Amino acid sequence: MGNGTSIGRVRGLGPAHHGAHHWLVQRFTAIGNVVLMSWLLVSLVMLGDYGHANVTKWLSHPLNATAMILLVISLFWHARLGLQVLTEDYVHDAGTKFGVLSALNLATIGGGAFAIFSVAALAFGGQA
Amino acid sequence: MSTARRLHGALAALSGEAGNQGPDGIIMNQRPLSPHLQVWRWGPHMLVSILHRATGDGMALVGLAVLVWWLGALASGPEAYATFQSVMGHPVGMLVLVGLSWAFFTHMMSGMRHFVMDIGAGYELDTNKFWSIASPVIAVVLTAGFWALILLR
Repeated sequence: MGNGTSIGRVRGLGPAHHGAHHWLVQRFTAIGNVVLMSWLLVSLVMLGDYGHANVTKWLSHPLNATAMILLVISLFWHARLGLQVLTEDYVHDAGTKFGVLSALNLATIGGGAFAIFSVAALAFGGQA
Repeated sequence: MSTARRLHGALAALSGEAGNQGPDGIIMNQRPLSPHLQVWRWGPHMLVSILHRATGDGMALVGLAVLVWWLGALASGPEAYATFQSVMGHPVGMLVLVGLSWAFFTHMMSGMRHFVMDIGAGYELDTNKFWSIASPVIAVVLTAGFWALILLR
């Protein structure tokens, strides 16, 4: 990054419009969260019996399994974006920031994959 | 410093605006201060902003862990699920669940407020202050309503 000409000062700082993608995806996933969390909370109220047999029966239904998998994707994506902003705000050292964001990716992708697999295992009738 | 001036300062700082660097030094002297916890007066706008981040990151760290445990225990079978149920049925577990539901409704309400502000509405000082107070209050009402439905059903 130079300090002479005006183009030299901005070169290497990233393309314009780059930040809008993060902002938009955070809102798209927020809408997904509102819709799907409404489904989950209403379902929890309707369930009444929270025993293993009843909850498993409910979650194994194709519609509920699909909604739960979509909820997991929307929630984990939204949370990853939020924790990324938190990290960028408070972790300033470039190396540490890279490490924290890498750990964040591992945790969110790993946790999300396990949650989706668990729902799929129930829906397909297998016991993990 | 007037309230309008403070708000402008906050908006300028949030949007990364460099400030009014006019040729006359007078405007430079009136440049808004950046938000600073020791200089800025506490207000509902700050509270709702801090609550949004705290509840969001709290849910990301604790809420997702509970969700993953719940789904994983369901798939792992009745014994694993019984362990999950006994922990969540404990008073501490119940406190975590109630806290998570409060965090969800608080984050949802301040998120709705953000959606309104995203389309450019609700920046009038009175309107902004009203919804800054109303959002977390409505969230508490929704939390109480949700648990009333769960427990009284």
